[in-house]
Amino acid sequence: MFESLGERLQNAVDKIRGYGKITEDNISDVVREIRLALLEADVNYKVVKEFINSVKEKALGEEVKKSLKPGEVFVKILKDELVELLGGEKQDLNLNGTPATLMLVGLQGTGKTTMIGKLGLMLRKKHHKKPLLVACDVYRPAAIDQLNQIGKELNIEVYSEGKGNPVEISNNAIKYAKENGFDYVLIDTAGRLHIDDELMTELKNINENIKPNEILLVVDSMTGQDAINVIEGFNATLPLTGAILTKLDGDTRGGAALSIRHLTNVPIKFIGVSEKMDGIEEFYPERMATRILGMGDIMTMLEKAEEVIDQDEAMKTAKKLQKGDFDLEDFLSQLKQIKKLGPLENLIKMIPGANKMGLNNVKVNPKDMAHIEAIILSMTPKERKNPEILKSSRKIRIAKGSGRTVEEVNRLLKQFEQMKQMMKQFKNGNLKMPF
Amino acid sequence: MGLFDKFKSIFSNDKKEKRELDLYTNGLEKTREQFVSKLSILNHKYTKVNEVYFEELEEILIMADIGVNTVMEFIERLRNRVKKEQIEDTKDLMEVIVDEMFIIYVNNSVIINKINKNNNGPTVVLFVGVNGVGKTTTIGKIANKLTNEGNKVLLVAGDTFRAGAVEQLKEWGQRVNCEVVSKADADPASVVYDGLELAKKENFDYVLIDTAGRLQNKVNLMNELEKINKVIGKVIEGAPHETLLVIDATTGQNGISQAKSFKEITNVSGLVLTKLDGTAKGGIVLAIKESVDIPVKFVGLGEKKEDLRVFDIEKYIYGLFKGMEDLENGK
Repeated sequence: MFESLGERLQNAVDKIRGYGKITEDNISDVVREIRLALLEADVNYKVVKEFINSVKEKALGEEVKKSLKPGEVFVKILKDELVELLGGEKQDLNLNGTPATLMLVGLQGTGKTTMIGKLGLMLRKKHHKKPLLVACDVYRPAAIDQLNQIGKELNIEVYSEGKGNPVEISNNAIKYAKENGFDYVLIDTAGRLHIDDELMTELKNINENIKPNEILLVVDSMTGQDAINVIEGFNATLPLTGAILTKLDGDTRGGAALSIRHLTNVPIKFIGVSEKMDGIEEFYPERMATRILGMGDIMTMLEKAEEVIDQDEAMKTAKKLQKGDFDLEDFLSQLKQIKKLGPLENLIKMIPGANKMGLNNVKVNPKDMAHIEAIILSMTPKERKNPEILKSSRKIRIAKGSGRTVEEVNRLLKQFEQMKQMMKQFKNGNLKMPF
Repeated sequence: MGLFDKFKSIFSNDKKEKRELDLYTNGLEKTREQFVSKLSILNHKYTKVNEVYFEELEEILIMADIGVNTVMEFIERLRNRVKKEQIEDTKDLMEVIVDEMFIIYVNNSVIINKINKNNNGPTVVLFVGVNGVGKTTTIGKIANKLTNEGNKVLLVAGDTFRAGAVEQLKEWGQRVNCEVVSKADADPASVVYDGLELAKKENFDYVLIDTAGRLQNKVNLMNELEKINKVIGKVIEGAPHETLLVIDATTGQNGISQAKSFKEITNVSGLVLTKLDGTAKGGIVLAIKESVDIPVKFVGLGEKKEDLRVFDIEKYIYGLFKGMEDLENGK
C-alpha cells in the first residue's frame, strides 16, 4: 500500500545519507524530491508545506551541524516528523455501555457497508461478544439487501425496518439490542455529501437520539486533496471519534492518512486491506511511519518473536555473540527458534531496509532449513564447537549421516563463517545498519 | 482573443446558451466556490506577477487535484510565457491561464462527447472502474437519458460479486423502465453473454453492462475483466462500442493509475466523472486527458436519475474560473 511512497522517499534519503555536511544548497534537490513524493501521494498541500519547512529547518539546525553523520540525523528527523504527522499513539475503540454503539458515516462509495461487516466480525472474534448490524441506509437502492447479505454470510443478525426513518430505526434497533442481549450495535448510514444540509441534519438527529460511543468516518484512501474538506465537513456537524481508511490494498499512496490526523486531530483507528470480510487491521501510527520510510515493521516482528522465543535461550546467545564465540551449536538453537516464527518470507519483509537489500521477494523453502539442521545434527559436539577441524573425511561422514552432499556441507560452513564475520563487525560497530 | 472573451460573448449574447450554462454551473457551484474565491484573492493580493504569485497559483491548482506533474509543467509553461511576452499584470495572466488549461485538455485532438453508436445492431457500452465510484448509479442515469431519447435499453448485471449489486441495478431498471438481465451465482462473463444474445434477438438499441468494482492492481480481477471484454467482442463484432471508466471526483493522483491500468485491459474510450456536486474538483481528469488521452464524456452531479450532464470542457474550465470575469468587471 504505502510501498511506492516509501520507495520514493527512500531514494531521496539515500542521496542525503552520504553527505558529510548539510547545506541549504545540497539538500534543496532532496527536499524537492520529498515534496513531490508527498504531493503525488495526495498528502494535503498545507501539510506538505509545513512538513517540508519543519524538516528543512531542523536539517539546517544545530543538532545536524554537530553530528558526525549529518545524513543519518536527517533521516531520523524525517522519521520523527512522519510519526508526528500520523499521530503518536494507537487509539482504541470506546466500547463501554450495554450495548456499545458504533455509527459509520461518510461519502457515497467509501465502503461503509462492507466495513460494518468487517467490524462486526472482528469484534465478535476479539471479544467473543454479540454484535447487531443496523440498516439505516434507506436511500441507496439495495443498500439494505447488501447489509442483509453480509449479515447472512457472517452469521450476524441484521436489524432493518425497510425504508423508514433512520432516526427511528436506530432508536428501535438499540431497544431491540437491549431486549435480546446484544453487546454491540453497529449502525450503517447512507453515504452523503458533507454539504448536503438535509442529510447532515439527519445524522445529527441520530447522534443526539442515541449518543453512540463511536462515530467513525469512513474515508476512501484514494481521496485526493478534497479529503480535508470532507473530514472538516463531517467533523463540524458530528463529534467524530475516529476515521477508517478503506481500499488500502490498491496501489494508492494513501496520503490522506498523513493529513487526517494532523489537520483535524481525528485519529485513524482501522484500515481496510481487502474485499474479504477479514480484511481489517488496527492502525499503528509509528509502524506506518517506519513502513512508509522502508524502515521495516520491527514492532510487529518483535511482538511475534516475543510470543514464541525462549527468553533465557535468547539471552545466552546474545552474550555469546558479544564475546564473539558464537558456534554451530548456538546457530542450531537459533535456527530452532526462528522456525517457530512461521513463514520466513513474512518476517523478512519486516526487516529494516529489506526492500533495498532485495529481500522483499525472497522465497524461502522450509526444506532448506530442515537440511541445515540435519547437517549440523550429524556433527559431533566437538565439531560443532570447532568447525575449523572439519576436513574432507569428516565432511564426507557428515554428508552421509545427514543424507546431503559434501557441497552442501561446505556451503553451510562458508555461510556460517560469513555470518561470524558479520557478527564481529557488528560488535566492533563497523556494520552499517540501514537505519 | 482568448477563450476568456469567448465566454464573455456567450454570456452577453445567447440567452439559451446562458440558461444551459447556468444549469451546468449550478451543479458545479459548490465545487467551484473555494477554488474561485482563492483565485480571486490571489488576483487581489498580487497586481504583479512574481515568485510568490506562482507559488500560490501552484497551491490552488494542486488543491484542485489537477495532478502534480501536470501542474508543475503547467506552471513552467506559464513562467516561460510570462518571460517571453513580458506579462506583468496578473489580470493579463489570468487569460493566459485559462487558455493554457484549455490547451492541456484539448491538445490538438477532436473531442467527441457522444456515445459511439453502432449502426448494425445493439450499441454495447461497458462500464468499468474501482470500487464505490458510482458505476451502477451512472448506468441508471445514462439509461434514463437514452430511454428519454426514445431508445430501447437493456441493462446487464455483470457485478455478481458485491453483495446487493444485482438488486441495486434491478431497482434502477424499475425506476427508468428498462429490462435487466441477471443470473444468480453466475460467472460475470456468462451473464454478459446471455444479455447480448437477448439484445440481438429482441433488437435492443443499447446494452449497458455493469461490472464489479475492482482495484486496478488486482491481477485476477483485471483478468476477469479482460475475459468479459473478449466475450462481448465474440457475441457482437466490434463491441463494446464504448467503454466508460467511471471516476469519483474526490479521487486524487491515483486516478492516473486507474486510467492507465483499465486502458491496458479494455479499450477505455471515455470517462464519467461522478460526485461533482460535492466540494471535490475532479481536476485529475485534466491530468488523465493529458497523460492517457481519455476524454470525459459525462458528469454526475447528484443521486437522482436526471443528475447527469454531457461533459463540456469549456463550461468545466469556465466553472472552475468563474468569478474571474466578475473580478475583471470590478464587481
